[in-house]
Amino acid sequence: MVPVIHPFMRLSGLEPLVVRPETNFINVGERTNVTGSKKFARLIKENKYEEALSVARQQVENGAQVLDVNMDDALLDGVQAMVTFLNLLQSEPDIARIPIMIDSSKFEIIEAGLKCVQGKCIVNSISMKEGEEKFIEQASICQDFGAAVVVMAFDEVGQADTKERKVEICHRAYKILTEQVGFAPQDIIFDPNIFAVATGLEEHNNYGVDFIEATREIKRLMPLCKISGGVSNLSFSFRGNDHVREAMHSVFLFHAIKAGMDMGIVNAGQLVVYDEIEPALRDLCEDVILNRNNDNNEATEKLIAFAETVKAKGKEEKKDEAWRGEPVEKRLAHALINGITDYIDADTEEARQKYPRPLEVIEGPLMDGMNIVGDLFGSGKMFLPQVVKSARVMKKAVAVLTPYIEKEKEENRLLAEQSGDISLNNQAGAAKILLATVKGDVHDIGKNIVGVVLGCNGYDIIDMGVMVPADKILDTAEKEQVDIIGLSGLITPSLDEMVHIAKEMKRRNMHQPLLIGGATTSRMHTAVKIAPEYDNGVIHVLDASRSVTVAGSLLSDEQKTSFLSEVQKEYIQLKAGFDKKKTAKNYLSYEAALANPFKINWEKFEPVQPTFLGTRSEELADITALRNYIDWKPFFIAWEMHGPFPQILSDEVVGKQATQLYEDAQRMLDKIEQEKWLQPKACYGFFSAYSEGDTIVLPNASNNNEDVHLEFLRQQIQKAAGQPNVSLADFIQPKNEKEKDYIGAFVVTIHGIEEHIKRFEADHDDYGKIMLQALADRLAEAYAEYLHERVRKSEWGYASEEHLSNEELIQEKYLGIRPAPGYPACPDHTEKYKLFQLLDATNTIGVGLTESLAMYPASSVSGWYFANPQSQYFGVGKIQQDQLEQYAKRKGMPIDLAEKWLRPNLE
Amino acid sequence: MDIQKELENRILVIDGAMGTMIQRHKLEEADYRGTRFANWHSDVKGNNDLLCITQPEIIIGIHLQYLEAGADIIETNTFSSTTIAQADYDMQSLAHELNVAAAKCAKEAIKRYHEKTGNKEPKFVAGAIGPLNKTLSLSPDVNNPGFRAVTFDEVVEAYTEQIDGLVTGGVDILLIETIFDTLNAKAAIFAAKQYFKKKKQNPLPIMISGTITDASGRTLSGQTLEAFYISVMHAQPLSVGLNCALGAKEMRGHIEELSQIATCFTSAYPNAGLPNAMGEYDEQPHETAHFLEDWAKEGFVNIVGGCCGTTPDHIKHIADHVKKIAPRKRPQVVTQLEETN
Repeated sequence: MVPVIHPFMRLSGLEPLVVRPETNFINVGERTNVTGSKKFARLIKENKYEEALSVARQQVENGAQVLDVNMDDALLDGVQAMVTFLNLLQSEPDIARIPIMIDSSKFEIIEAGLKCVQGKCIVNSISMKEGEEKFIEQASICQDFGAAVVVMAFDEVGQADTKERKVEICHRAYKILTEQVGFAPQDIIFDPNIFAVATGLEEHNNYGVDFIEATREIKRLMPLCKISGGVSNLSFSFRGNDHVREAMHSVFLFHAIKAGMDMGIVNAGQLVVYDEIEPALRDLCEDVILNRNNDNNEATEKLIAFAETVKAKGKEEKKDEAWRGEPVEKRLAHALINGITDYIDADTEEARQKYPRPLEVIEGPLMDGMNIVGDLFGSGKMFLPQVVKSARVMKKAVAVLTPYIEKEKEENRLLAEQSGDISLNNQAGAAKILLATVKGDVHDIGKNIVGVVLGCNGYDIIDMGVMVPADKILDTAEKEQVDIIGLSGLITPSLDEMVHIAKEMKRRNMHQPLLIGGATTSRMHTAVKIAPEYDNGVIHVLDASRSVTVAGSLLSDEQKTSFLSEVQKEYIQLKAGFDKKKTAKNYLSYEAALANPFKINWEKFEPVQPTFLGTRSEELADITALRNYIDWKPFFIAWEMHGPFPQILSDEVVGKQATQLYEDAQRMLDKIEQEKWLQPKACYGFFSAYSEGDTIVLPNASNNNEDVHLEFLRQQIQKAAGQPNVSLADFIQPKNEKEKDYIGAFVVTIHGIEEHIKRFEADHDDYGKIMLQALADRLAEAYAEYLHERVRKSEWGYASEEHLSNEELIQEKYLGIRPAPGYPACPDHTEKYKLFQLLDATNTIGVGLTESLAMYPASSVSGWYFANPQSQYFGVGKIQQDQLEQYAKRKGMPIDLAEKWLRPNLE
Repeated sequence: MDIQKELENRILVIDGAMGTMIQRHKLEEADYRGTRFANWHSDVKGNNDLLCITQPEIIIGIHLQYLEAGADIIETNTFSSTTIAQADYDMQSLAHELNVAAAKCAKEAIKRYHEKTGNKEPKFVAGAIGPLNKTLSLSPDVNNPGFRAVTFDEVVEAYTEQIDGLVTGGVDILLIETIFDTLNAKAAIFAAKQYFKKKKQNPLPIMISGTITDASGRTLSGQTLEAFYISVMHAQPLSVGLNCALGAKEMRGHIEELSQIATCFTSAYPNAGLPNAMGEYDEQPHETAHFLEDWAKEGFVNIVGGCCGTTPDHIKHIADHVKKIAPRKRPQVVTQLEETN
């Protein structure tokens, strides 16, 4: 069989974009346009190209399939800006993936852009406004670069405004391009000009219709060509009123796409769903755009009047209850898409009575609604917090139905027993995915989110919770015949546990693919350490949104093999690259590293004695004091929203959702505070100390007055001349007669989360549960910050003059540090035992340690206090065998055990 | 003599490595210099393209061996004959002359072959246009990803000069090969299109051959195979294919994919496997031939041959194996959208 090749438009970035008839409307990202985005224009003018790239990245993440780049600004050197930006963009594979639309009214800028891009671009635009000769010349240059072209409906006379002129000009251009220049019809895109409507001038009223009807006719005459347009022009007269503008754009696109419009320059993140526009507004928009009921500007004036009311209301929250009048299926879908739980119980019950079987309510209207949610999420039109809210609605609906389904099952079972027909009792269910946080690890926010998102996509999730031993995970997987196993972990020892589980799966001859996720995991670690241990597929999953496509590929018979072999190929290559790199760096002997410490002039050093020596503990009555110390950025990251705080709240793409999330978080904090859900507790202490090589000795500090030896590791990588090989021990004064030095230690924790988590679970409220977990983590961190400040200013008092804002605290602008065992400056988790013993933390504030040295409750923070003004955070990095041996000896630990704990620093 | 027609009827064989064959002559600095460049101010050993001027008999001899082995297409010894690549030897000024001389060597070899054998089989000269040692999509400076060591216009200028030399010397085809940065190839295509337009001359057919150097199936500049093909489609090439890289074994999946999406003919001339620790290629002639025979049988290819490490012996084995196999049929290209109901 010879393959058939169709005349589709084909474009490319690093990856191909083939526009097939079934391809939906193509979103051309518009924010990388200095004429359309003030932010982008400012960044380019200020030469902040790196940041400008992030605008491009956002467009891609938000679902743009082509990236429009425009540098037409009187104050810019357009050629230079275009070249600089496009060259930089080529080194960002996640952006350069999609084709570029080079957009300029100056052909020299277009040519300059074409010279920078390896893929097949779109030129936007050329036209016959300067006559045929120029048009042919420019088109043929575009052709020599292999670019597709946007042709504006513009000729020597001017821009086409009526349907007839639009069609006529496009047809003339088509003949020239295909017959004289030799263009393939599928490389031609027409832009029949979208003009502003509702301007008050009656002659503008038909512009929407003219575009839509011209589109229909052009597609009929020249079916291989494409139609595009800049949609935001349409609503120009409603500048400043995004609510109305977004509605107008959606209504316009709805009709234009039906007429054949293929692509458009739109802000994908800001489109409202046509069906979701309030009917009153939608009708008004429809009248204006389709020029109906518009004698004497009647429709226009109505829309303007409506716009005023929206404006007047401002940000006031308006609850639109019109959807309550819809049939029950529509209401369920609406509730799912918008995450509204208010009526879900009653609506579900109504649907149950309407459908013959309760299961059909799930398989019918509920799954339909969730499919829309999945599609919107998949195309970047919904964000994670919204999806989690949708899941909450779904779970509540399912909870209403479950008793009836169980009852029906029981009836079927009885029936089956009586009739001997087992098929009634043996329905094939959804694919099962097992999720677990591995033994020794207690962190599960990410895993919970993955569970919710996968659940939303119709998978049956078995969530085994936290600290689950390998054999329990694998026994359950076998017993339940799951299709996929997913492991999560946050702390470094969990990595070893994952390797162990992979080995066990191989030994047990299991067949399920293994997914790896969590903050401490990485594609590299998975490729180098886990994947080689198990042959039936190990895949690192970066985040929850990725988990859906991965699970989908793994559960599809057609895709599974090729997907796994792709991943395997990639990992083999990663591993090869890693193995090659290993030898590249030079390391000092431990002796030489020790001889090159961080140098502090101890002669001039005057240690500040803490106000007390020994330990103290405390419990805060509420969280009031902590709220100001919250670092919000990691909170948004937990919800897969990346960006600085508070800028993220006004971000063009995720701003609205981020604000909503932030408001929900504040509301929950209010509750936590008023109803005293959580109990923050801390213990801390200060001790005399001196250093001896890489050991810090705390004389008589133990319970029975013996010396406590804290052991630290030293950087061993060969540094540039003059750069030290640092160890935390360098920040404590060596033993001498005269002066004394000190060290501090602390543990803070947030108690009381469990009962509320249980309550949320009982209420099928994953959103609330994950929110509470995320906030508890933030509060623990905030407590650590709050306590550290008090320590600096008063309890130890070495920086009593300090005045820092919260932002400066987050940026760690204070003097002294509080590194935690298990983190880069002191990567050995087992030193946590000593810290806990010094403070008696388990007895005083009820914080336990798991066998992997994770702290429980999970929302806990611990660390050492170093007061020396020169002390700083750093990473120990890789260490060599000689230091490992020495270190194990100092600790009195068998070498293989030390090797196990320090593995991340050894390889 | 119409290559298009030949390709419709049979699989054509393109020659093997030039460098590997030159190595066998164990040439020294003085051999490279010849008399003309005896006093050249920099070392020129390793400038294989220069041999077309200083040791034409050696080059003609290698071409002849490939023709005798069964090659239908021989490549000029011009992989680095551009001002940009010759700058390594400070021989920019010779770029044009190198191309003319190389084309003449190849033509001379064909003439001698026809005289010697008395047969009239059509043989073609492909003017080899290499990828350059500077790239347009990648920055040589990791700290400055926006930097480029060369501009598009400079690359077009260098290629235009090379094309003029090759055309003057009388090549039948232009072969843009070992493409690892598609933008460099686009500059070569742009140069060729503009050149023939300006000369008001019928353009020579263009063969395009990319190289996929990593296991993920992407070019060095990051494109997937299909994206690469889409990016060079506008050359309306005679053939598109793959060469060099990781050897035949790794190339199979890619050439299969290409055979499905390319409307033109397809070509494949892999290395003789991967080099061993000593930089030598161990894959034996029958092994390489075995891979290519399989692809021919599967209908993936219209042109086959060898790249680094292959020898006349490899080409003979390849030619013998594919001679009787029908060439790949090109896909059916439809020019209308199907009616949808």
